[in-house]
Amino acid sequence: MSSTISSTQIQSELNTEPKPLDASYGKLMMWFFIVSDALTFTGFLISYGFSRFKNIDSWPIADEVFTHFPGLHGVDAPMYYVALMTFILIFSSVTMVLAVDAGHHNQKDRVAFYMFLTIIGGAVFVGSQAWEWKNFIKGEYGALETRGGMIIQFLDSKNNKRLALKDFASYNPEYREQHKSSNGLWFQSESALPNYSLEEVQTGFLADPSIVVRIEKIDEKGHKIILNRNQSIEKVMQGEYVVEGANLIRNEYGNRLFADFFFFITGFHGFHVFSGVIINLIIFINVLLGTYERRGHYEMVEKVGLYWHFVDLVWVFVFTFFYLV
Amino acid sequence: MEQNTGHKLEIFRGLIKFKSNVQKIWGVLIFLSVVTAIEVGLGIIKPEILMSYFLSMKLINWIFIILTLVKAYYITWDFMHMRDEKFGLQVSVVITLLFLMAYAVFIFLVEGNYIYDIMYEGFVSWNF
Repeated sequence: MSSTISSTQIQSELNTEPKPLDASYGKLMMWFFIVSDALTFTGFLISYGFSRFKNIDSWPIADEVFTHFPGLHGVDAPMYYVALMTFILIFSSVTMVLAVDAGHHNQKDRVAFYMFLTIIGGAVFVGSQAWEWKNFIKGEYGALETRGGMIIQFLDSKNNKRLALKDFASYNPEYREQHKSSNGLWFQSESALPNYSLEEVQTGFLADPSIVVRIEKIDEKGHKIILNRNQSIEKVMQGEYVVEGANLIRNEYGNRLFADFFFFITGFHGFHVFSGVIINLIIFINVLLGTYERRGHYEMVEKVGLYWHFVDLVWVFVFTFFYLV
Repeated sequence: MEQNTGHKLEIFRGLIKFKSNVQKIWGVLIFLSVVTAIEVGLGIIKPEILMSYFLSMKLINWIFIILTLVKAYYITWDFMHMRDEKFGLQVSVVITLLFLMAYAVFIFLVEGNYIYDIMYEGFVSWNF
């Protein structure tokens, strides 16, 4: 007897054996993957929840962070953009399931058409997320960080509107250049400098008596606590860094962990969407080439569909816990 | 159009029956869109009545979480065709996840809350 088995032999054996749970080998394995990947995302979201509960009275308010919408400059549009992204993803989920359905009827052209729409939807979603990241990293107002790592943000006490650093910072004609590894020791460098130095912000703040600050702490009604002028001066003089936008170390929105979790969770999800688009593209090309037509069934579309719906499912949870709750 | 491809075509426990799978997909899309629109609407308006606390969480957050679970159910059951799978497969996926997730949620949130209490009641100031 031959001791080797060809892969086609395995394939045919797997297809003729009685199937566990009436599901094919490939689909069952996809479910295994989905369960384990769901637990990975559980881990991420739950660590987010942990950190949020740990800082429950000082966590940034998502409505105040994500307020941008393409084409609307300076308009406060909380959540509209993420809602749009959610609809895009749900809709691409629908085109995916329509492709799966067309596959059940062996309609090659319809499968290809719906797969194409799904890929477009996925690509638009990833692009939207890139835009969201761009706004998040760039920031809008800027803030100061105190010695204890707390963020203080500036307000106009007349109308309680947020003030950007550029609205009040003074201009001191001292010049400080970014230390790059190219103009000193090769292992020493610093990250890009903020547009305003600490001194410029402090002088500008002292010059205008109507500016106050608000701190990370939240009052009973869920608003950030606003300090009076004297307390504000005290806080601003304790400032250590000017923070503009967000990076992995500090961000102008509040707690440092907030930006870390934002980058990590939406990034990991975005990476899933991206790989989903690539896998969909491969399957799409195979559909066009007639691979599944010859095979006699479109189960491959079904399997990649499972993955795609899972990505949508994860977004539903990320949307709730990052933007709504 | 052949109809019998083994799909179960009713949602809401038979309240709405669809003629074909494609029709069911569009029906579920409408339902999911309505739920998402409600969530976003509540998130933007934030009605004052829903700001009261129930089981140490705001009522509005309970609504968000429940609606999310509803959405998750319909995505899994109708888009991922879990409705057409064997009971054994449904249970082995859903119960495993629900058990592990509920356990993780419980243990981590209780711990996070405990650490918050420690920092709040401790003698060290964290806000300077």
